[in-house]
Amino acid sequence: MSSRQSLFATVVIGAVFAAAAAAQERPLSLAVLKSGLDFASAEVRALQADEFANPGMLWVERGERLWSEAAGSAARSCASCHQDARVTMKGVAARYPQFDAKAGRLLNLEGQINQCRTERQGAEPLRYESDELLALTAYVAHQSRGMPIAVSIDGPARAHFEAGERLYRTRHGQMNLACTHCHDANWGRKLAAETISQGHGNAYPTYRLEWQSIGSLHRRFRACLSGIRAEMLPYGAPEYLDLELYLAWRASGLAIETPGVRR
Amino acid sequence: MNSRLQVPTTAKRGEPVEIRIAIQHPMETGFRYDAVGHAIPKNVINTLVCRYNGVEVLRAELGSGIAANPYLSFYVVAGDSGELDFRWIDDEGNRGEAHAAISVTA
Repeated sequence: MSSRQSLFATVVIGAVFAAAAAAQERPLSLAVLKSGLDFASAEVRALQADEFANPGMLWVERGERLWSEAAGSAARSCASCHQDARVTMKGVAARYPQFDAKAGRLLNLEGQINQCRTERQGAEPLRYESDELLALTAYVAHQSRGMPIAVSIDGPARAHFEAGERLYRTRHGQMNLACTHCHDANWGRKLAAETISQGHGNAYPTYRLEWQSIGSLHRRFRACLSGIRAEMLPYGAPEYLDLELYLAWRASGLAIETPGVRR
Repeated sequence: MNSRLQVPTTAKRGEPVEIRIAIQHPMETGFRYDAVGHAIPKNVINTLVCRYNGVEVLRAELGSGIAANPYLSFYVVAGDSGELDFRWIDDEGNRGEAHAAISVTA
């Protein structure tokens, strides 16, 4: 190689290293990160903190029973492979959504549960927002309560993360708003009578008083889309999965609270 | 019906103890309408009874004003060791029950 070519090569390699070394900048630094609970009323905070009265715990306990129930052609329960969830599921929810190399796609907790059901239990997948899927997801996520969100956006997850970020910053609907307009630019300010949160998913599945039931993050996405008069994508849409990954990265370090209580 | 019951495992005779119960139920008020404008029929848990060793200690008549997934808390004076037995019924006739043992020391 001539000296000019080698100089060029050095500059290019240097630039690549510089780009890789520069960490992805977070819109909300750890110091500023606030759970939705911080924007909730005292009554809502008290309800979430009460281990018995927290209505989401009805589903967590149902999930605990379902964990040990055999299902499908293989007549296996979750416990058959995973034994005690309190041990084996600790920290799991904090890592999701996660790219599944074998399946070749991004999976959230619901998707992982259904993958286990179809491939290892020989059972039908559980419908989104069904009582059983909400219960199992809440039970598994509950085992990570108090643990910081720590998702990977490296390797094959990177493309999904970037798609999620693009979605987050894209204007939608009749009101022509993007997620960032409320949840980055105006969190802490009022939207009608309500205080806008930072839009984290760390407490999901969560018991929303408006729903009078526990619900998934996808249900919350649909509610936001409806609110800005945008088309609601169906539950389980790949766009929601990408967005979940972006939101999880954005909330890195925030503790999981499942089951949360929100207005 | 999915429910949770909290009863202290031990109690002193004569001591009031807190009993808590939460039941998963939509408590449909009868005032809501669906997406096409049809009224959603009322269906709430209308009666809840608690018996302590067979003796009725609580009878609750609930209505549309009670939120979904009702949570009740009340006090019972600890007597003999035995069982707390809850039974309830909703407007559609669906029944639910829950039981817990209570151990009372002198």
